[in-house]
Amino acid sequence: MTFDHLREIYCVAWGDMRFLRHTIGSVMIMSLVSPLLYLLAFGYGLGQGQTMEGVSYIAFIIPGIVALTALSASFSSTSARMNVQRLYYRNFDEMMLCPLRDSSIVIGKSMLGIVRGLLSCAIIFAIGLILSDDLMLTPLFVLTLIVSCFTFSLLGESAALLAKSHQSMATFSSLVILPMTFLCGTFFSVSSMPDWFQAILYALPLTYSSTLMRESSLGWEYSWIFLAVLSAFAVAFYAINIYLLKTRKI
Amino acid sequence: MDNVITTEGLTKRFGDKTAVDGLDLRVKKGEIFGFLGPNGAGKTTTIRLITTLENKDSGTVRLNGYDIEKDRIKAKTSIGVIQQHLSLDNDLTVMENLVCHAMFHKLPKDVRKERVEQLIEYLEIGEYRDYKVTSLSGGWKKRVSIACALIHEPTILFLDEPTVGLDIQARRLIWDIVRKLNSDEKTVFLTTHYIEEAEALCDRVAFINQGRIIALGTPEELCRKVGSTAVEYFDGTRKTNYMYFEDRERANEFVNTLDTKDTVIIRNTNLEDCFVELTGKKVVAE
Repeated sequence: MTFDHLREIYCVAWGDMRFLRHTIGSVMIMSLVSPLLYLLAFGYGLGQGQTMEGVSYIAFIIPGIVALTALSASFSSTSARMNVQRLYYRNFDEMMLCPLRDSSIVIGKSMLGIVRGLLSCAIIFAIGLILSDDLMLTPLFVLTLIVSCFTFSLLGESAALLAKSHQSMATFSSLVILPMTFLCGTFFSVSSMPDWFQAILYALPLTYSSTLMRESSLGWEYSWIFLAVLSAFAVAFYAINIYLLKTRKI
Repeated sequence: MDNVITTEGLTKRFGDKTAVDGLDLRVKKGEIFGFLGPNGAGKTTTIRLITTLENKDSGTVRLNGYDIEKDRIKAKTSIGVIQQHLSLDNDLTVMENLVCHAMFHKLPKDVRKERVEQLIEYLEIGEYRDYKVTSLSGGWKKRVSIACALIHEPTILFLDEPTVGLDIQARRLIWDIVRKLNSDEKTVFLTTHYIEEAEALCDRVAFINQGRIIALGTPEELCRKVGSTAVEYFDGTRKTNYMYFEDRERANEFVNTLDTKDTVIIRNTNLEDCFVELTGKKVVAE
């Protein structure tokens, strides 16, 4: 990657960062409502005094909630903005008219989701650190968080580029994002599910994200192979986005 | 004179419909080229193909000598596009929109600042520089769109129906901008529904119908093709008929054969006559 490439990514991301600056307060509050409700309802409501895989349930679910926050914040901020820019403001074409590499557009447009995901997750995890002594902030946790936010932001781009209407975005969220939120090892261990269902869950990126977040923040053995799989999801979403831009199938 | 826009056999199909059908075009440097046609003729698709927003099915397009497929980035460096619809980021301010476009075109920071200020002054949008675009009226948004398209001083400017829905003041502003660009040796490729706009601005005009060019030339050449003198007359059914003749003498001879001369107008043929006659969208004379 050249300096010119990095500069293009910065130029693409600049407008979205200004947008984030204009809306940071309301956006942060909105993105924290669901994870905090999950924390209260599942962590304290259902899981009070319980343990799972050798740790308190609250320590168990906080990494899962961080993973689902990475998914919801990164996916929704990228997909919503791109969807609006493409179908409503119709200014996505303006960027396509400029002398920018497709790769710079794909990476640059993912930055909003990454930043929003990192901010929201940082707040949730900070709360988690206060609530549980078992949790710790490690470099591997930060690495997992960045890779997760990048992956989910790229997924948001794919959804926004494929969407033919605002309604189809909502349908995608209901059919793909919502089931992932609850099923991919966020609130319970994937190993407690039947084998055939585990196979389905391991086809979804959030399963790897939540497992890795738990391993890296609870001091368990880190599954590098899972990180490779999560990264492979990112590469696949990136490739889809490049293909959609190159072929103008948007 | 060099050709700055060249298309050869440019074709685009959407399902069974051929929107652009083997289009061959050559637009010279520094000319204002008008692209006229009825609704659905393929004007906007042609612009989208030339400006790389749409992928072609076959044919070639060169912008300033660069093939848009092989040298897409270089080809896009010199073009500016004012689209038919407004295409600004409504969540950002006027200033932010301009800076965004300047950054997309990789203008250095000092140049960026200077160009933004120049365009804000030229398009008289200084009062609204810190307003969010969403709060502006359509006319002001159009001005901001124009400023965005001109920020990198493109040598080829595409305008797709630029004056649709604008008041007369905004329309005149756009005409002035086109003339100013032309005086700076910039090439303008313009699609429009307004025939008087093409007549007032264009050096050459192409009529497109069903994805094909059916006539191409200067407005004078096109008028001569149809007949430089037009006779407009009403028949008994109160329907206006038009006939075209090479000269006034022949037109007068025809008028003398008519039963009534109360409702006859003899005038020079204009581009609208050519448009209607050549696109065949109306029955001109029986």
